[in-house]
Amino acid sequence: MIEARHLTKTFHDKKRGEILATADVSFRVAPGQIYGLLGANGAGKTTTLRLLATLLRPTSGSATVAGFDVVEHPEKVRANVGFLAATTALYGRLTAREMIAYFGQLNGMAAPALRARIQELSAQLEMGEFLDRRCDKFSTGMKQKTSIARTLVHDPAVMIFDEPTLGLDVMTARAIVRFVRECRDRGKTVIYSTHVMSEVEKLCDVIGIIHGGRLLAEGTLPELRARHGEQDMEEVFVQVVGGEEAA
Amino acid sequence: MNWHNIATIYRKELRDSLRDRRTLISTIVIPTLVMPLMFFGVGKMMSNVVTKAREDIPTVAILGGADSAGVVEKFRASKRLRVVPPPGDWRQAISEKRLRVAVQLPENFEAQLQAGAAGAVKIFHYEGELKSENGARVLERFLSELREQAVAQRLAAHGLPAAAARPFEFRRENVAPPEKVGGNLFGGIVPYVIIILCFTGAMYPAMDLTAGEKERGTMETLLCSPVPRVDIVLGKFLMVLTGSLSAMVFMLISMGVSVTVGGTLVMGGRTAARAGAGAVAASAPGGALPMIDPLGVVGVLAMVLPVAVLFSAAAFTVSLFAKSYKEAQSYLGPMIIVVIMPGVIGMLPGIDLSAKTALIPILNLSLVCKEMLSGVWHWGYIGLIFASSSLYAAIALALAVKMFNRESVLFRT
Repeated sequence: MIEARHLTKTFHDKKRGEILATADVSFRVAPGQIYGLLGANGAGKTTTLRLLATLLRPTSGSATVAGFDVVEHPEKVRANVGFLAATTALYGRLTAREMIAYFGQLNGMAAPALRARIQELSAQLEMGEFLDRRCDKFSTGMKQKTSIARTLVHDPAVMIFDEPTLGLDVMTARAIVRFVRECRDRGKTVIYSTHVMSEVEKLCDVIGIIHGGRLLAEGTLPELRARHGEQDMEEVFVQVVGGEEAA
Repeated sequence: MNWHNIATIYRKELRDSLRDRRTLISTIVIPTLVMPLMFFGVGKMMSNVVTKAREDIPTVAILGGADSAGVVEKFRASKRLRVVPPPGDWRQAISEKRLRVAVQLPENFEAQLQAGAAGAVKIFHYEGELKSENGARVLERFLSELREQAVAQRLAAHGLPAAAARPFEFRRENVAPPEKVGGNLFGGIVPYVIIILCFTGAMYPAMDLTAGEKERGTMETLLCSPVPRVDIVLGKFLMVLTGSLSAMVFMLISMGVSVTVGGTLVMGGRTAARAGAGAVAASAPGGALPMIDPLGVVGVLAMVLPVAVLFSAAAFTVSLFAKSYKEAQSYLGPMIIVVIMPGVIGMLPGIDLSAKTALIPILNLSLVCKEMLSGVWHWGYIGLIFASSSLYAAIALALAVKMFNRESVLFRT
């Protein structure tokens, strides 16, 4: 379960002064549900997800992730979260096995359980061929599989995806989308940020449209279509953010 | 703070760093090579240059002397000099190294010498130029011998023995133990090299583990783990410290091996015997065998520890602020000069340990190392230096932890 309550984050910039990255953002995501956070670049998606993953501290407001408050118990929140973003890279000088084992150890997993988990993930994600090769020699697909195994190693209840398909080819992007669905099917709470409309349409149970740091609209895909009288998600999005100039 | 987490991060960073060529070069390869290069490379080259200069038979132009054929003949007969006709532009010839030295004999020099008192003989040379200086020295020795011959002839003419003008002899002898001689010889340069290597040893792991990780996107991956940030800082910091200390340890081992091997080559069995006794020994010109007090080496290691912590924490903090490896390099590069300056000042004669200098970081290390390597132990100052260095190190480490908790630093774009 994820519950964000009036999450607000401001940054200070020497030239631009106070910058409002997210303002009063509130939403809930239930287990077995994918919540899609849809927004243009700079809308506040990454900041919102970083606040939920406790990489950043909120300026005001709060959030509960897997039953733990993000400000009070950030370590416990992270122990229950798998965070995958285009910006979360792999250690190039480690092998895939070492990479997964490292994050298992950081999550307090004992050696026998960790060994078994790596075997299980390797079989699931078909990593056997490159499990003991160094990550810096991997193709994009191999890297994504290793990253997924890294986020899943401690079997977290909550999965946070920040534009995970950014810059990927069609086949690798499809594999990611399939993996996100599997997470939902296993009863995990999933939040997924993107600016790709088709991904939202295919994947998300509930959609939140964020713009200028504010959550402007929220609902299921049929609800949003009905509310704005448009079938095309792109048109819905443009209407919500206040026209093409605003987008 | 959880030691299991810290150990996990440290082990991973160690494995990662051992696979990084840049870190290996700065923490193992360069520290291992620097001493043999100094001993066998630069040292051998300098000794060759000096030997060659000494073996060089200087060309001498005699100015005047047409009325002193006997003296000129003695110049020509000397095997240590090569008399050449004076060129018209002899001053310029010396400046351009075409002629080493020129000697000017006063008018009627030979006749005046026989009469009892001749005027001064002038030697013209190129100050600071090794071969010309050597030529002047050879010429001075030749003229001294000529003077002594004249004195001996006069004494003989008066029926007196040659010893009448040389009533006693003197010679000098070293009474300082070899450790002190070695301490004086190496005391300045060793701390200086240690300071540089300690810093450069910390520099590359610090950049790779902070700015490098930010640039490669692995920092955010690591921050997603449930490990508290203070544990991440300490795990990474211990790796940076390992880099700094390994640079020093490899340098000391290589120095020990270099001086032992070098000493054996020059001194034969004597050096091997002394090295076997556990001392770091080095050969010196003239057959003396200076040594470094082994206890001094242990003392240096102990004193360097807080300074290595200070360097590691400082390099870590500065690199953490940088967005990229390149930016970190541009910050840490100039810092080498800041680090070297107190080391250089410590090498200057007349700068000694005092209550004030004992509080100046790096300079205090340089000064106390010099003393310890000579076998002199000022316990009061040693305590003060260790305490002050530890305090500076603790402040730097606290600053590193504080920086790591700042979002504006971790997510600086």
